[in-house]
Amino acid sequence: MANKIPRVAVREQDPKLRATNFEEVCYGYNWDEASLEATRCLNCKNPRCVAACPVNINIPEFIHHLTEGDIRAAADTIHIDSSLPSICGRVCPQESQCEGSCVLGIKGEPVAIGKLERFVGDWSLEHSAEVEAPVIEQNGHRVAVVGSGPAGLACASDLAKLGYKVDVFEALHRLGGVLSYGIPEFRLPKDRVVAREINEVKKLGVKFETDVIIGRTMTIDSLLDNEGYDAVFVGSGAGLPRFMGIDGENLNGVLSANEFLTRVNLMGAWDPQHNDTPVYVGKKVVVVGGGNVAMDAVRTAKRLGAEAVIVYRRGEAELPARKEEVHHAKEEGIEFRMLTNPTHIFGTEDGWVKGINCVEMELGEPDASGRRSPQEKAGSDFTIDCDVVIMALGTSPNPLIASTTSGLNINRRGCIEANEMGSTSREGVFAGGDAVTGAATVILAMGAGRKAAKAIDEYIKAKKS
Amino acid sequence: MFKIVEKRQLTENIFEMKIAAERVARAALPGQFVIVRADEGGERIPLTIADYDVEAGTVTIVTQTIGHSTKKICTLNEGDSLVDFAGPLGRPSEFVHMPLEELRSRKYLFIAGGVGTAPVYPQVKWLKQQGVECDVIIGSKSANTLIYVDKMEAVGNVHIATDDGTVGYKGMVTGLMTELVEKEGRTYDECVCIGPMIMMKFVCLATKNWNLQTTVSLNALMVDGTGMCGACRVSVGGKTLFTCVDGPEFDGHQVDFDEAIRRQGMYRNQERHASDNHEHKCNCYGK
Repeated sequence: MANKIPRVAVREQDPKLRATNFEEVCYGYNWDEASLEATRCLNCKNPRCVAACPVNINIPEFIHHLTEGDIRAAADTIHIDSSLPSICGRVCPQESQCEGSCVLGIKGEPVAIGKLERFVGDWSLEHSAEVEAPVIEQNGHRVAVVGSGPAGLACASDLAKLGYKVDVFEALHRLGGVLSYGIPEFRLPKDRVVAREINEVKKLGVKFETDVIIGRTMTIDSLLDNEGYDAVFVGSGAGLPRFMGIDGENLNGVLSANEFLTRVNLMGAWDPQHNDTPVYVGKKVVVVGGGNVAMDAVRTAKRLGAEAVIVYRRGEAELPARKEEVHHAKEEGIEFRMLTNPTHIFGTEDGWVKGINCVEMELGEPDASGRRSPQEKAGSDFTIDCDVVIMALGTSPNPLIASTTSGLNINRRGCIEANEMGSTSREGVFAGGDAVTGAATVILAMGAGRKAAKAIDEYIKAKKS
Repeated sequence: MFKIVEKRQLTENIFEMKIAAERVARAALPGQFVIVRADEGGERIPLTIADYDVEAGTVTIVTQTIGHSTKKICTLNEGDSLVDFAGPLGRPSEFVHMPLEELRSRKYLFIAGGVGTAPVYPQVKWLKQQGVECDVIIGSKSANTLIYVDKMEAVGNVHIATDDGTVGYKGMVTGLMTELVEKEGRTYDECVCIGPMIMMKFVCLATKNWNLQTTVSLNALMVDGTGMCGACRVSVGGKTLFTCVDGPEFDGHQVDFDEAIRRQGMYRNQERHASDNHEHKCNCYGK
């Protein structure tokens, strides 16, 4: 019978202290906490959490192993469906997936599935040396994967487990895609978590090559026609930043969240002792947007020593960011200016940002997306003085791959057209993740990568026979 | 890792390196660039391709020591390796896609300034291989700061301008260009200009008067170089474009050079290791 105790709280770094460093905010569970929290699971016969997980991890089973004290078995259960539990335990929106469906959540608090997954994931990284690399019989077929982000990693691991020889091509100098360039160190440690979890994928025999820009260094056509790959999976993400198109956007000091976060995360500008790439925050930073990327940017700016403000055109209830991120940001002293929309950015005589002009908004009728659409309040203009403006307005897929691959269709939003299983208009080319959906989540990309791996396996087997 | 198979010092502060990068060499076309990182912790530096050799599998880059990162690259020696060498990036020069017949009917004037002479070379060479002979103006401060003169003479009709008159025409490239067009009456269908922003700006002002279509190659600040960050935003004909994926070559008459020059200085105060001669001080236009 499940234990009727309240959800075990997770320890976090003190907000005042963590607003000045890049160390991880959340410490995660230790063994005592994890095994106690595990006892809360009802082990439902018809587990709604599994259905709500984009990769359908057998959640009650892995938690049950924890109650029996068998972490290795818990890890094995998770690894059947996910290669990246340490990452997903940290960045998945559990509140709208597994935990959002947990029966306990109806009356009280759901089981802390994410924190338990993270605990098991971290434990298996710590103990990975004890596990011998599996011996997988090779089937002689080769698959190329474009992009080493969540979609590519998930697809590559599944294909490697099926005996395919998989080569992953990454455009940047570091593996991980958005896990490396986008999500900050304080939410997802790069060396301790991302690099080590990718190492586990390497152990399956997957080969990685950095500095290869598919569409430029090599094309998908050449991978299929000249390089001898049987199929290609495109998991190139959504990397193209959007701007507002307002006056003053090209002033010095206005940048995309992608640029800001890439400088800090990928290029390591948060650690100037070891890295050459500069970053500038000035005294005050305004971040425009309300998603997870906006939260990452504003909390990063704060850690670099600036006063940091979020400006978002809808209300707090409409913020697309995870509740936990908004909560953490507020704890760290981030100012939230809701129902506020920038109209133009103004600068000094020599072209540097001096401030941003905004209007107040009010919410009207729900729009096509079901969210109440914001409208300007007449005569409500005001200014916020600042040195830097960061635009976190979302991203779209990079057109490079579609424009250099014959017969690969894209939709009007620039996303690659692919069906549920990842098949595209071009034979032998599969796609998934943000490249298909536009910017979404790590776990949805992983789910798409896994489905495509299955489809690629079926495609190659059918072609053979 | 990408091995430096050959290194030559061209002037006091300009170095040429041949890098073993077979795939980049195979894919490269005139007008494109690469992103280079000297070591772990190093910046991603965009450098325009100066030459490529498909058979040898090498790509040539020419680097001027301007700041900390370019110095890091230039202190590496033959046998050393760059940790990263990614490319070719950007769109190739437009003439690469032109039908041969049309191309051969066109007359090109290339204007190369300083270290920008290097990326002009593969364009003139490529055109020569298609049977198009071009005029090339190379401008520099003085005889001892000129680069690529011999190489360029082998593929084009070279005219030299130096500020101090130690070689060729005494004065700036705009002066020499005016001589060719107005005094000698030479006519061109297109001018391609690569060099310091300020030089490109003034060349464009001059060619606009002659209604001479002018292409420039911008060396904007970049981080990833693949369209991800937008650091390289440039206003072209009132539209914001990304130098890395929409360029690096643009219609020079449409480029907002004042904004582009200002944006180049975005991180000037941040460059911790900046040396005293951080700024490229070419004496042209003294503004």
